Amino acid sequence: MFYREAGDFSTTYPQDSQTFPIKFDRYRYYVVLAVAVLVMPFVMTDYLVNSIFLPFLIYAIAAIGLNILTGYCGQVSLGTGGFMAVGAYACYKLMTAFPDVNIFFHVILAGGITALVGTAFGLPSLRIKGFYLAVATLAAQFFLVWLFNKVSWFYNYSASGQINAPERTVFGIEVTGPNTEAWATYLFCLVFTVGAAILARNLTRGSIGREWMAIRDMDIAAEIIGVNPLRAKLTAFAVSSFFVGVSGALFFAVYLGAVEVGEVFGITKSFLVLFMIIIGGLGSIFGSFAGAAFLVVLPVVLKIVGVDLMGWPTDIVAHFQLVIVGGLIIMFLILEPHGLAQLWRVAKEKLRLWPFPH
Amino acid sequence: MKYKLGTYAVAAMMVASPVMADLVFPSLSYRTGPYAAGGIPFADGYADYFTLLNERDGGIGGVATRVLECETGYNTEKGVECYESTKGEGSLVYQPLSTGITYQLIPKTTADGIPMHTMGYGRTSAANGEVFSHTFNYPANYWNGASGAINYLMSQGDIAGKKIALVYHNSAYGKEPIRTLEELSEKHGFELMLVAVDHPGQEQKSQWLQIRRERPDNVIMYGWGVMNQVAIQEAANIRYPMENFIGIWWSGSENDVLPAGDAANGYKALTFHGVGSDFPVFDDIQKYVVDAGKAAGAGDQIGTVLYNRGLYAAMLAAEAAKTAQDIHGEAEITPAMMRDGMEALEITEAKMTELGLPGFGPSFNVSCENHGGPGLIGMTQWDASAGTWSLISEFSATDMDVIQPLIDEDSASYASENNIEAGC
Repeated sequence: MFYREAGDFSTTYPQDSQTFPIKFDRYRYYVVLAVAVLVMPFVMTDYLVNSIFLPFLIYAIAAIGLNILTGYCGQVSLGTGGFMAVGAYACYKLMTAFPDVNIFFHVILAGGITALVGTAFGLPSLRIKGFYLAVATLAAQFFLVWLFNKVSWFYNYSASGQINAPERTVFGIEVTGPNTEAWATYLFCLVFTVGAAILARNLTRGSIGREWMAIRDMDIAAEIIGVNPLRAKLTAFAVSSFFVGVSGALFFAVYLGAVEVGEVFGITKSFLVLFMIIIGGLGSIFGSFAGAAFLVVLPVVLKIVGVDLMGWPTDIVAHFQLVIVGGLIIMFLILEPHGLAQLWRVAKEKLRLWPFPH
Repeated sequence: MKYKLGTYAVAAMMVASPVMADLVFPSLSYRTGPYAAGGIPFADGYADYFTLLNERDGGIGGVATRVLECETGYNTEKGVECYESTKGEGSLVYQPLSTGITYQLIPKTTADGIPMHTMGYGRTSAANGEVFSHTFNYPANYWNGASGAINYLMSQGDIAGKKIALVYHNSAYGKEPIRTLEELSEKHGFELMLVAVDHPGQEQKSQWLQIRRERPDNVIMYGWGVMNQVAIQEAANIRYPMENFIGIWWSGSENDVLPAGDAANGYKALTFHGVGSDFPVFDDIQKYVVDAGKAAGAGDQIGTVLYNRGLYAAMLAAEAAKTAQDIHGEAEITPAMMRDGMEALEITEAKMTELGLPGFGPSFNVSCENHGGPGLIGMTQWDASAGTWSLISEFSATDMDVIQPLIDEDSASYASENNIEAGC
């Protein structure tokens, strides 16, 4: 009734190939964007931004990055935490070396540096696949964390080995450091998240995205029809690492402000982002958002319900959280292997026919 | 969808928080994860002391106290979330019990005007109150600990030409003493050997193999959580003489030595407060807290080293709150008043005796310039057959000639990085 293509005519090719061809879908997208940009900054508080929105937006970028590599190109990676660390440390070095350059460009450059590092670690993917590639990226994870702990140049020889984000401004408004306003950091991250999503969406439905998917579905067949596996796999690694690097830079500079590599960018971070795309849905941009929202909001909701409303001891709630998240991952793998994105797709199909399914 | 959940979260928060009319002491505890063995007793001690004040004295200055517990799991992201979710409830002082979270919170608490007390951990140079206006680390810090260990070894004999190994948690916490020990090794002519252990420290075979090969005369350990017990077990496995093995105060609790059994006999650890339950305050805790069924956690930690430390932290916080009430003549103090109270805190022997803790810690004064206290360090030793820690030295002064320049240097670099105008 609401959601259908009837009466929605395309008269030009660009109209036909736009991201949201159905009118209702398109307007919903504009409304969500308008609410995010025009309404949310006014209701943002320190608590909301630091507990929910910043982690959600930043993890969404990381999940989009990993989804390009794993969901679209089929290359399993356990090195996400390490690549986020590259983004964070690159951003730190750039921020302290060139204090006059706008932080916006530092974040983009940090993504670029991570893309180079990611491509280097992607080279083994030309020879090995599946579990073996997962182990190779695991090596990248441990190597990078070790590197940032060992070589003190990366943390400017500070005694504690921590990196601290100095204060930086965009248009005269502080976005890093302790004196930031909630809405400023929110909008700063929102710009990157929306940009990443639009970029990723258009990359994945263009020719390069088709190459990635061909490699994912059957690499030998893809090679026979003329897809260059070197180009496809390395571009997937580069683009994926770029997004992951941007998210690492934001994670350090805007969200946490101080980072210790072993603790923040350890192997658990790699698994967390992997769980996000598994729960959200492999090979779906919406799935990256859904998965990130799910794993960021769920612990907060469980904590509020358990500790603040029910008054249970904090340790019981923390243990329950592990049980529930673990249970949900198993449940999703059994009941809906394509994740939240597939649930959304099914709901949309149902809506198209509703209220006359036959 | 995501916005809806956010709105629900806010609504739930509003429903959950009652009307404020008490003194809120948030406890960013960790009762889960690889560091829970240290987090649980500390959190229990912290909570029990405030329960005792409520039950026995009706709070502080007639206002009831409320401990707001939030589970961090020793994780910085959860620590930030805990800070943001509790700071709106009128939290008076934060004690995160984690050096990583402390680094996170130093700029945030300063911006929000809430004091933070990092007792024996955190950023050592916060002792310089001219730069770190809202951060306190009295009565002792990591660098006092390093110097205290070396002073103790010097009191046992000449250390020139000896080899001393530092086994440390490879994090901001473990790296803290390196600079101090390097300076001290130059001054006293001993050789320093650095052995890093990565988080969480469950696997230390190669590190102890290295120690076995190089045979250092003494080992100093800066460990925490599961790392401690593994290190002591490994030291026992290579038959390293326990009396030459010294832990910082975070590596010297019952949880760390008990798994190694008799092999841990003679292990030493630094401390800045008394050990055991032989103080009058524990009778009150038994009467008002335990017998009333109000003990925090499982109630089985009373009198352990880390429980005592939590108790000590709570006692210092309560005394600072009392001082703040006296200064401002108001019973319901704000975080800003609490900061003034902490800065004017005076702990005397008479005060501690009155509180039922005679000789529990050193007497000291906090001032605007010095947020670090006197840095008096004692040494304890584990007796495996009796199952007790005992104090084997006096609380004695550390080498401030070495430490003070380091504090000045590090705090000056923090001030210049963050454009802070130093001054009182």
